[in-house]
Amino acid sequence: MSEAVMHDIHHDHHPEGLRRWLFTTNHKDIGTLYLCFSLFMFFVGGAMAMVIRAELMAPGLQYVEPQFFNSMTTMHALIMVFGVVMPGTVGFANWLLPMMIGAPDMALPRMNNWSFWILPFAFTLLLLTLFLPSGGPAGGWTMYPPLMLQTETAFPFVIFAVHFMGVSSIMGAINIIATILNMRAPGMKLMKMPLFVWTWLITAFLLVASIPVLAGAVTMLLTDKFFGTSFFDAAGGGDPVLFQHVFWFFGHPEVYILILPAFGIISQVIPTFARKPLFGYASMVYATCSIAFLSFLVWAHHMFTVGMPLAAELFFMYATMSIAVPTGVKIFNWLATMWRGEMTFETPMLFAVAFVMLFTVGGFSGLMLGIAPVDFQYHDTYFVVAHFHYVLVTGAVFAMMSGVYYWLPKWTGHMYDETLGKLHFWLSVVSVNVLFFPQHFLGLAGMPRRIPDYSTQFAEWNAISSMGGFVFGASQLILLWVIIKCVRGGEKATNQVWEGASGLEWTLSSPPPYHSFVTPPTIEDVTSHS
Amino acid sequence: MSVTRLNKTVPAILAFLFSCAPELVLADYRLNMTQGATTISKQVYDLHMLTFWMVSSIGLIVFGLMIWSIIHHRKSRGVKAAQFHHSSRWEAVWTIIPILILLTFAAPATKTLIMMDDTEDTDMTIKVTGYQWKWHYDYLDEGLSFFSTLAPEHNKARQTGSNIDVTKIENYLLEVDNPLVVPVNKKIRILITANDVIHAWWVPDLGWKRDAIPGFVNVNWTELTEPGIYRGQCAELCGKDHGFMPIVVKAVTETEYKQWIEQTKATQEAAVAGADREWALAELIERGQAVYSTNCAGCHQTNGQGLPPTFPALTGSPVATGPIENHIEVVVNGRTGTPMQAFGKQLNTVDIAAVVTFERNALGNSVGDMVQPAQIPAAR
Repeated sequence: MSEAVMHDIHHDHHPEGLRRWLFTTNHKDIGTLYLCFSLFMFFVGGAMAMVIRAELMAPGLQYVEPQFFNSMTTMHALIMVFGVVMPGTVGFANWLLPMMIGAPDMALPRMNNWSFWILPFAFTLLLLTLFLPSGGPAGGWTMYPPLMLQTETAFPFVIFAVHFMGVSSIMGAINIIATILNMRAPGMKLMKMPLFVWTWLITAFLLVASIPVLAGAVTMLLTDKFFGTSFFDAAGGGDPVLFQHVFWFFGHPEVYILILPAFGIISQVIPTFARKPLFGYASMVYATCSIAFLSFLVWAHHMFTVGMPLAAELFFMYATMSIAVPTGVKIFNWLATMWRGEMTFETPMLFAVAFVMLFTVGGFSGLMLGIAPVDFQYHDTYFVVAHFHYVLVTGAVFAMMSGVYYWLPKWTGHMYDETLGKLHFWLSVVSVNVLFFPQHFLGLAGMPRRIPDYSTQFAEWNAISSMGGFVFGASQLILLWVIIKCVRGGEKATNQVWEGASGLEWTLSSPPPYHSFVTPPTIEDVTSHS
Repeated sequence: MSVTRLNKTVPAILAFLFSCAPELVLADYRLNMTQGATTISKQVYDLHMLTFWMVSSIGLIVFGLMIWSIIHHRKSRGVKAAQFHHSSRWEAVWTIIPILILLTFAAPATKTLIMMDDTEDTDMTIKVTGYQWKWHYDYLDEGLSFFSTLAPEHNKARQTGSNIDVTKIENYLLEVDNPLVVPVNKKIRILITANDVIHAWWVPDLGWKRDAIPGFVNVNWTELTEPGIYRGQCAELCGKDHGFMPIVVKAVTETEYKQWIEQTKATQEAAVAGADREWALAELIERGQAVYSTNCAGCHQTNGQGLPPTFPALTGSPVATGPIENHIEVVVNGRTGTPMQAFGKQLNTVDIAAVVTFERNALGNSVGDMVQPAQIPAAR
């Protein structure tokens, strides 16, 4: 191995400055770009969340007009989904997949460059709409017609931005599939791959299958607006609900696109800090596959209240409930991995344990939402807002934070500041619950989502939620500081970094050479999945 | 913490909490779903509680085990990691038990869903239509219909910078000018649709919400047993004033309901009376002001300055100061592709004449002309 590393360093030269980043085809550079982009957008989308929470701090309209409030909720969601979690997890994939499977780089390096560099343009296009005289999109990230068709100048910008994001994701996904299926080192059989590789393989298939559906839906919106079609206009023989079916046929797999890579990260972190192999590796793989398969059969649970036939309501209710089974298997497997382990609680493990608990809370409310007759009460209330923030913030985002702390020493070659990391964790985990838990109560008490002002009976919990929100928002500045500090210096990280870490990426130096595994590694002596 | 210190600390904390108690009690920290006022809503509540207790107990077990493991299975306690990584028996256990638990929800949920779906044998029918941003109620058996909008006092208070303390307003944002009055102990069929974009009609006490979709009619039913006032609001994002289209259902006895129908019909007839007589300018402006504040001020603002560019100003606008025929045309037929609605379908001729005349002679405009109600039907 050391011979191979020496050989790699020999080839470790690349253009400097802006050219390096613009023209790079190196998976590590592109991974870094994706992760930095995701972090930047996290603060942009977070700033919008702060506007929302400030306005909702007290009843009455204090700071913003309702239209602007709506465009804040719309943009916040679009940015967090397409600009933070998706690019963030692709960043992890770029950095780690080749190192985990013993490949020199991604299979399609030039396309890799392009799929990243589309994103800044897409989001510039989207964010610029806020400066248009008629304002940004305000019809919700779900873009339901006919309301979405009332969007003025911003409309084509949003549609094309979504198309760009879609193109970027599809190219990224194709690249990941090609890499995993073709570039594994000899002996790295599919069932030997680390679970993070598995979850990304499945996610990539979900992306390829579902993003074109979104592209179709928004294209139909575009022609309805500008070319006289009436796909979604009842007056012209169309159906507004058709859009919702098409959108959620994309949208439900999309939620698993957001969460499956997070499952992968957690499945790497927990065994490392429990110093014990992952429990039920094979059942984890099968559970992920069945979640992915079921994700295409449950889309209409997002629209129980549109008035579907009884048979359809029943079908989607049963299908939705059945997803709880493979998801439960995952939770129990993580628990069993921890059980009788030899645990230490460095920041990655703290975030991973918080993920398992709080994602489970989100799963519980998800199960409740899946019961169709009760969903008639929950639907479009803050109960739903609480649910999807538990699965996406304390789920997907916490998993990404866990991953950042876990691999940061590998990426930078320096240990991060553990004290600051722990401070970041504890502030985040307390404030995020103060932020989102009361939203369950608000929803149950009858507060609809996406409203800028509310009846005074909702004042108390909203004030508490907002305070939690401000603390949570401010705490993320610590994360930024930890990352900057770690990039600039710190205690030198060893190759293995963590005592319990196993897998190919930990056999490389920290930071790894610019071109790693130019000669394929030998797999026999490495426990590939921990 | 030693026991003696604990003995001092706990009473101190309790004393502090009690000193806050009056505020804590006064404040409205409502936690749970309403049981509601109908058979449906009670069944829905029971289902909600069943799933809640079920997931809570699962949570208690899972989190309990996890916390136990976190406390005991840590390196600092000197334990050595076990190396097991597979157990078919346990994996089967935590696949099969959840399936069984799910079946216990599925059965009652199916039953409730079937009951909610049964819209046969109803005693009367009300059609609900969502508009941006108000509700229209049509009593199909009575030939009576009207709009229901956010009550004027609330509308004034909710404007940005109104400087009105909204906490002093009772049922803030949940009050309307014309509530939906229904009789108790009648199975009412409720047809729900929309005129412009998708809305959702939701009164939590009835136990359900349903989307109001333009071009499609959703059928639901309810039966209230207790007279009373039940409040709700639009639950599907429908544009700028989505948060400001409440629903108030007033359930009354059958006799009161009959009286109310007669009274409302009489009031409506009085309102359209005078459509063919000659109106004075001042008279039209006065009436127009009321019509404007209910129907137009939401977008064009109380002072007529609008929220450009989406909602243009009326003060000095080419429509409100140009030829009156064009002005009437825009008000009656709306502007397709914009939020400007066709008010010809919503207002009676007196109101249209009044509001057009008002807009031309108020809000900083002084065109000086007017239109008589009698001239409106031609434009409609």
